[in-house]
Order: sequence, then structure tokens, then C-alpha cells
Amino acid sequence: MKILVCITNVPDTTAKISFTDNDTKFNKNGVQYIIGPYDDYALARGVELKEKHGGTLTVLNVGESDSDPQIRKALAIGADDAIRINTEPTDSYFVAAQIAHIARQNSYDLILMGRESIDFNSGVVHGLVGEMLGIPSYSPVMKLDITDNKAEFAREIDGGKEYLEAPLPLVLGCQEPIAEWKIPNMRGIMTARSKPLQVLDPVAMDDMVVLEKYTLPAPKGACRMIPVEEAESLIGLLKSEAKVL
Amino acid sequence: MSVLIFVELDNGTIKKTSQEAIFYGAQIAKMQHSSATVLAIGTATEEELETSGKFGAKNVLYVSDEKLQHENSLAYADVLAQATAIIDAKVIVMAKSGLGDAVAARAAAKLKASVVSGVTELPDMTDGFKVTRSIYTGKAFATVDVKSDIKILAIKKNAIEVVEEGLPAPVEDFNPALRDSDFAATVKSVEKASSELSLTEADIIVSGGRGMKGPEHWDPLISLARELGAATGCSKPVSDLDWRPHHEHIGQTGIKVAPNLYIACGISGAIQHLAGVNGSKCIVVINKDPEAPFFKAADYGIVGDVFDVLPRLTKAIEATK
Repeated sequence: MKILVCITNVPDTTAKISFTDNDTKFNKNGVQYIIGPYDDYALARGVELKEKHGGTLTVLNVGESDSDPQIRKALAIGADDAIRINTEPTDSYFVAAQIAHIARQNSYDLILMGRESIDFNSGVVHGLVGEMLGIPSYSPVMKLDITDNKAEFAREIDGGKEYLEAPLPLVLGCQEPIAEWKIPNMRGIMTARSKPLQVLDPVAMDDMVVLEKYTLPAPKGACRMIPVEEAESLIGLLKSEAKVL
Repeated sequence: MSVLIFVELDNGTIKKTSQEAIFYGAQIAKMQHSSATVLAIGTATEEELETSGKFGAKNVLYVSDEKLQHENSLAYADVLAQATAIIDAKVIVMAKSGLGDAVAARAAAKLKASVVSGVTELPDMTDGFKVTRSIYTGKAFATVDVKSDIKILAIKKNAIEVVEEGLPAPVEDFNPALRDSDFAATVKSVEKASSELSLTEADIIVSGGRGMKGPEHWDPLISLARELGAATGCSKPVSDLDWRPHHEHIGQTGIKVAPNLYIACGISGAIQHLAGVNGSKCIVVINKDPEAPFFKAADYGIVGDVFDVLPRLTKAIEATK
């Protein structure tokens, strides 16, 4: 089985968000970068499926050279090789087109990624890739098994879960609890250094969306503390002051 | 040129988030001197569908095909693309949701359209098509100029104030062509608590953290939620410990919610949890630790024991009824 896992290189979930260059660039200064948490689940399940069924697992990132530490981590966790499309991932459509371009040359059985990136949160890349390749896509997938070239999986729906079965190939957007995050061991880290990382130029495309500026939310007003002995007065405040009841 | 709005139906009614999408789409149509058409797939009465007009829609295309009664994002996207071609829509609007994302993505690739997800404001069309969207899980916004001929906008819940003003919209049946390849997956089973209020649609959410001490102590929280007509949620540690089901997990890697009122009980307020609730209009935090970081993000706070405060709040609401 040939598996492709797409990962994003994103600021850590606790990172402080700020901007530079007249609010047109994300301020990377002092920000820790990680593999997108949802992508990390996809990678973990991909590695488990490869170990169970054999085959290869390629990790793909659309990003600049600052993604390399995260790509090496994915190799240390168990990917066999990696591809980085050397460009800034500016827009979902653009990113999806890059992924689809690689996928067309390699006929993967399974393309996994996170349900969304935690920087832009669009949650559309898996669907775009699926449609571009003319194969089904599903998200968010919380459970995944492969038997006889078929995938059995569970998808989260409003207030519950749906269990599905579909023939491969598929594109799936993943989320917990599809697998536990994997931490690379020393042997993995050593072998990752010699695993191939191919850096390719992007496919050119017209800009579909151009950034104008970033803004931060207005600062939150102070929290109004209610003494515990007057807890009941909260209900009146929610009705008359906050007007949410 | 016109605006097409994809709406989601839930038990025969148009979801509240979809009503917001209709209103948003109709406002764009007004600015462009064009018209707004609603596309509804599933089961709803003509009377219910006509209410689209109240939010500004001119007409409704209704697809009631038996094969589409079960939510199928692949086929829905195909239907949406066909409707787009028929009415020559240049702007497609829908609510940001799990289904919305999936339909938007597949339709975008068919139509070579861009998707702007998590839109929080009406566009500025004086010079280009500039829209503002939520990014970094609500921690920032980006204003973008959309260049593609067809634009798909997924609207963030509770970002747009809806005004009901229009008359009932006429409903016409729409019979799109369906492709077998969109039905390759078999649905084995569905686990759904049908009586439960959906977290993403709820106006009020009462949510519990590790401060609730264990799954057997959830009754006071559930009673308060019931009294308020609220949905119940939880923090990540609580769902990780299996105290509550995973679909209740609110946060960075769980569900992102944007209710009018969010009541956090015994949740300390880790940044990952805050990322899932920062779209809420009003946040109440009840925690016995006065240093809990959640108070900094709250509108109202009570330092106290949840097992003392929750029953008292429930009684106080009962008393006002």
C-alpha cells in the first residue's frame, strides 16, 4: 500500500500571534513551530497502517525551508521519504493543487492529512485534493482500518458518528482519536537523517486570493467578578446587562 | 450574475447558521443589484423553505431526491455546482460547518473557485472583493482580496446580525443529475443522540472540566443545561479520560463553538480550550481557583465550588420562570 501523509508546519498551539511589516506578515520571532496537531494524528495512523499492511509512507509538505525540522520529525516517526514543495502555502486552492500534482504522478492508495491546519482553519484542502484527483474525500475521520483494498472508517457528524466503508483510493482528513501521537525514538531520529527529502518547485498558478492585512481582535474588557454568596445575581446580569438569556 | 446560498436542514428546519448565511448572501445580492437563490437538499416542508425569503432570498431550489436524504458531501457539491451554472452564480455562500467545509471544497475544485472560510464581515466591494475571515482559531483576522471569478464564502457562526425583513420566497423543485461515483461509500451505521442539541448550533453551552471531579458528578451541570435549554460540552482532559463522549470535546483539536453564552464549570482555561470558545458572545467562568487563567478571558466570573454554585444557579433560573 502506498500512503501519502500531508503535513503543515504551523505555530505551536500556545504561540502568541502578532504581525509585522505593516500587519501583512506573521511575526515568526520567538514562535515555536510544530507539525499541525491534526496532521500529527494522520501521520501516526499512517505509520500504524504501514506497519500492519506493508508498503511505503511518503510525507509531503507545502512550505519553505523552515518546515524541514518538522519533516525530519515525521521521517523519525516512521515516514520512508519526504517531499517538500518549496513555496509559501498562501491559499487552500494553491496548496491543494500542489498536493494533487504530486499525487497524480504517484497513484497513492491513501492520502491522509489533518482535518484542518491550525493557522488558517479552512478545513478544505482534503476535499479540494479529492475533487482534483476525482476520488472521494471524507473528514473528520476518527477511526480507520484497511481490509482488502477497502477502508472502514468512522467520521464525526453533528452530535455523533457515522461508520462508512469505501474502496481505495481515498483522501481523508483526520482527527483524534484515530491514533495516539507518536514521539520519535533515538533510532528513528538517527535514521531520519539519511532518509530522502526531495525539494521541488511549485506548479505556477494565478493568485486566487491576495492578502490585504492581518488584524488582532479588540482586547477583552475586564471580567466582572461576582462574590460566591451572590452567585444567583448572575442570572439577572445575563438577562439585563449581557442580554444573552 | 447572482448569489447562491447552500443551506443545511436539520429535522426539517433550516439551521440557524444557514439562516445567517442566507441573510449574508442576500446582503451581497443587494449590494450587487442581483438576486439571492437558496439551494436546499433533504427534507423540509414548502412552508419552512419559504421562510428563506424572510432573510432576503428571492427563491428556493429544493432537491428532495431519495438518494440525497443521507448527508453526502460529494453529491451535494455536485448538485451545488450544477445549480451554480444554472443561475450563473458568482458568489456562493454557506455556513462554516463540517458539511459546509466538505461541500465548499469539492464545489470549489469543480468550479475553479476560491474558498474563504470563517468569514466574519460583509465584503467591501468598492475596489475588488475584500472579505475578513477568522484565522489562528479565532486569535486573529485576515482581510483578503478574492480574485477568482467564482467565490465561495463560508460564514462563521454568530458573526452576522440577522434582520428579518423579506416576504416568503417561492420554492421550485430542482432535479439535478447524480453521479454513481458520489455514492461509492456504504454507510454501515450511524451513532447519533437525536435528542441532544448540537454544540455548533446551540445558543447556550454549559461545559465541564476536570474540576467536575468525575463522570458521576455531571448531574448538576446537566440540570443547569436543561434549565437553560443549553447543550453540554467538556474540556479535552475530560474527553481523554472518557468522562464524557468525544463529540462533546470543545477546543483547538475538538469542536469550535460560538454560542451567545458559554458557561465553563471547573475548566482552568488552557489556551487550547480558549481557542475553541473565543467566538462566544459572553463567557461565564465558575472555578474554585481564583488564579484560573480562564477568568482573564471571561465576562463574568464566580470563584467558588461548582457543586455549590451550579444547583443555586439552576434554582435561580427556575425562580424566574
